[in-house]
Amino acid sequence: MEIPYTVKNRPDTGIYNAKLGVWLFLASEVMLFGGLFSAYVLLRVGAPEGHWPHGWLDVRFGTVNTILLALSAITTLLAWAACKVREFGKFKFFHGCTILLALMFLGIKSYEYHDKWIHYEIQLKDGTFADGHLEEQDDKQVVLHGRIVKDEKDLYDLRAQKDIQLGEVKIDRASIVKMQNYGPWHNTFTAIYFTLTGLHALHILGGTLVIFYLWGPGSKMYKTDPERFTNRIEVSGLFWHFVDLVWIFLFPVLYLT
Amino acid sequence: MSESEQPVDLKSYIRLCAVIFLVVLCTTSAMIAASFSDHLGSGWTGRVTVILGIAVINAFLVAGYLMHLLSEKKLVYTVLCFTVFFFIGLMGLTLWAMGNFPVGTINH
Amino acid sequence: MQSNVQQFPPNRTEEADAHADHGHDHGHDDHGHHEHHEPGFWSKYIFSTDHKVIGIQYGLVSLSFMLFGLFLMVMMRWQIAHPGVPVPVIGPLLAAVLGQPAAHGIISPELYNSFGAMHGTIMVFLGVVPLAFAAFGNYVVPLMIGAPDMTFPRINMASFHAFYLGGLVMLVSFFIPGGAAQAGWTSYSPLASTIPTDGQAFWLVGMVLLITSSLLGAVNFIATIIQLRTPGMTWMRLPFFVWAQFVTAFLLLLAFPPLEAAGLLQLMDNVAHTSFFLPTGLAVSGPVGQVSGGGSPLLWQHLFWFLGHPEVYVLILPAMGIVAEIIANNTRKPIWGYKSLVYAALVVGFLAFIVWAHHMYLTGMGQGIATFFQATTMIISIPSVVILTCMFLSLWGGSIRINTPMLFALGFLPMFGIGGLTGLPLGLAAADLYLHDTYYVIAHFHYVVAPGTIFALFAGVYFWFPKMTGRRMSEFWGRVHFWCSFVFMNLVFMPMFAQGIKGMLRRMSDGGVNYSAAKVPGVIDTLPGTVMELNTWILWAAVGLGIAQIPFIINLFWSISHGEKVKSDNPWHATTLDWQTPTPPPHGNFAHEPQVVRGPYDYSLPGEVNDYTPQSETGGKSAH
Ligand code: HEM
Ligand SMILES: [Cu+2]
Repeated sequence: MEIPYTVKNRPDTGIYNAKLGVWLFLASEVMLFGGLFSAYVLLRVGAPEGHWPHGWLDVRFGTVNTILLALSAITTLLAWAACKVREFGKFKFFHGCTILLALMFLGIKSYEYHDKWIHYEIQLKDGTFADGHLEEQDDKQVVLHGRIVKDEKDLYDLRAQKDIQLGEVKIDRASIVKMQNYGPWHNTFTAIYFTLTGLHALHILGGTLVIFYLWGPGSKMYKTDPERFTNRIEVSGLFWHFVDLVWIFLFPVLYLT
Repeated sequence: MSESEQPVDLKSYIRLCAVIFLVVLCTTSAMIAASFSDHLGSGWTGRVTVILGIAVINAFLVAGYLMHLLSEKKLVYTVLCFTVFFFIGLMGLTLWAMGNFPVGTINH
Repeated sequence: MQSNVQQFPPNRTEEADAHADHGHDHGHDDHGHHEHHEPGFWSKYIFSTDHKVIGIQYGLVSLSFMLFGLFLMVMMRWQIAHPGVPVPVIGPLLAAVLGQPAAHGIISPELYNSFGAMHGTIMVFLGVVPLAFAAFGNYVVPLMIGAPDMTFPRINMASFHAFYLGGLVMLVSFFIPGGAAQAGWTSYSPLASTIPTDGQAFWLVGMVLLITSSLLGAVNFIATIIQLRTPGMTWMRLPFFVWAQFVTAFLLLLAFPPLEAAGLLQLMDNVAHTSFFLPTGLAVSGPVGQVSGGGSPLLWQHLFWFLGHPEVYVLILPAMGIVAEIIANNTRKPIWGYKSLVYAALVVGFLAFIVWAHHMYLTGMGQGIATFFQATTMIISIPSVVILTCMFLSLWGGSIRINTPMLFALGFLPMFGIGGLTGLPLGLAAADLYLHDTYYVIAHFHYVVAPGTIFALFAGVYFWFPKMTGRRMSEFWGRVHFWCSFVFMNLVFMPMFAQGIKGMLRRMSDGGVNYSAAKVPGVIDTLPGTVMELNTWILWAAVGLGIAQIPFIINLFWSISHGEKVKSDNPWHATTLDWQTPTPPPHGNFAHEPQVVRGPYDYSLPGEVNDYTPQSETGGKSAH
């Protein structure tokens, strides 16, 4: 006996196996990201007054990435539709676009990560705080492109301060109490930011690999069993759309509020 | 949609996609506008509500049209409904618990 | 015919494949297998995609892990009964393998903590879940619903390998500097992030692998049960075992991911030094730690118990399924209240998601939320009682056939009953404030999982062994195994109720000696000497329990090649489809797609020649 309903729909449920499988998997993904979003909400609600950062992430990059993902979601759908009407050339084109868009997304994301990585907050012995991007450092001094604030609180809500002047700040090593970059360890915001977007980026990476496989070596199946191949494109597309869906919430939650 | 009932026509799909893309562009701009607008009060509560509201619309479009959820089978719906219910339970009850400490005890 | 089917064990002979003694047959001589090459050892036993082989792989690995978990426990019991005294016989071995933490063969408090945490983890995630869900589910579910395999055979294989890797990571962590995780199987933060060992990081990585494995398994099970039911196998004709696995799979699918999320966050805390679960101003043995703070320890507990409670139903539902099958089979009559059983299982599955905070009454939660969780906890006990009642009532008026599987199934009923009923006081905040974290809790959940679930699992092993191998396990040694296990289990766990009520706390590496009136004279109302003495008592009972497993182990392996051969494909005269296959079932299971025409428990139909009518048997009257 062969396994039934790998290609055809089962009459009483109306779907084929892999499609049910991917929806079930997505249900578990909803709970996975649900748990993480719950953590986000709790950390944010639990943060002391004025300690939740605003405006730390560059909205421009976030917007571009949102658009890239939206476009890739659309090319995914079109790639499936092209398979459906058996236009292999168009399929190749559309999913080629998907892969490129995904890579661009990841490129921008890594640039943003790098930007946080070289961003330092330095606590000084006189009680003030220097904050900015690291330009250069040696064992005598540290040079930042940034500013000095009296109260650490001023570093949290950047959206509330209209005119932030940035310039070159030279700091003597001897006057430093603590120097820390904006890595995940910096505070709960950077922690949840890196975790959420990191996990999301891993999903993008995984999805891209799958799509790349189906676009390249895996597309041989189109010749032998086009219907099954089309199903594969549909199922991988569902995953891809879900990843887009997660970003639709990540963007406002991290960049806009 | 494996053996879709009506034959697919690539052109109509491209048109549908263009519409969805435009709508997504609009909703994204609306979110950004809401984020920076001064009309929604000085605090974050109002703004967060509006922005998340728009995000939900956005998500609905993606799930409903791009993922074909609107024409999907009952089975899939049922599974997703339970999932969403449990997700709300997880977040809601946790939040409730974290806000519900006896008076005079420390939080968290 | 024999050469091209995948079977277990490999050395089975032709004769064992004798025809079913029941009228209809399934065309033994045309299993419909096209010529394909004899698969090699690796593709046949290690990288197999056949659900039956995967089931057996899961079974053997998880049984080994359970044995290891038992060993850890006996070591801990020695330390509790004789704190600071070198472990006899095994002590030098421990010292040689583990070094400093077991210096001179004495179990140090750190090692005790490692053993405790790993005992819990191994028993739950590497022992019972993989055996009850993955092993039995894999082997039996496709057979029962008349499917050729699971829907996604390769994902099934991936699931097993993720499980195996996860187990390996857990084992390796014993040997790293600092030793295995020490924060209990619950891994509460900030404890889990402040104990100086990388064991916790290993634990988390291991858990992520195990969770991945369970998720892949859950997707596969649900899809299989929904999509691959053979024609005529309607929902209400599914054997209860399949329903139980179905609900279990949903619990795993939706409850595990939040723990995975929590695990990732804790991994970040431990590796990237974030503060998801670490509060501001956290002081670690004196100075305030170098962490940013701002996190919430209670968040971990919520995410953990969001899985943790459904997990107990993951442990118990498959066991109930096994017991239901065996009871119906051995009372020779339909299970009582099939529909109630099914709906009860569904209700349990649903409510399991909204009771979790009854593990957290002591965290200072407010009245509103405590009331909510007390209410849901009391409500969820109703369907559990319904299930147990149905099973008891099934016995009523049956001509009960006693054999080893039935003995274990019968043993399950009162043991699970005790475990369940003692849970009620724990579900009520007022009583739980006193009982929480005492040995009463240990006794409660062990009655559920050890003499409860594990007995059901033994029952399942004895019951399906003939289908897997074509031979029976020894009945005599099976009964020896049952009676010894039954006695020793109760001797181990019953005294713990008393100790707990007296106030003895769990997770103490000295077994409470420092609180004992026996040690500190004149102290009133701390643990009296009698409570302390019980520790010695339990130690020897635990050793006895360990020894009682020897007949089982020998019986299991000996019977594979030497057991009495079964004379038919259906030695228990059962009705469900799993017994309508050749023995052992070949790759693809059924020669022809079976057609189901009746409910799962048509035993003793009036007017029939046999006292059982298989689900695929046409003709005769149907009870459903
Ligand atoms: C069969 C013989 C067993 C014995 C003698 C035994 C004994 C114990 C004892 C004394 C503890 C408490 C340790 C402490 O907190 O100080 C414990 C903990 C635990 N046991 Fe068992 N157990 C057995 C089997 C099992 C099984 C089959 C399971 C799983 C289903 C299990 C799951 C657990 C769990 C989850 C804990 C809590 C671990 C922790 O505190 O992190 N045990 N066991
Ligand atoms: Cu519970």
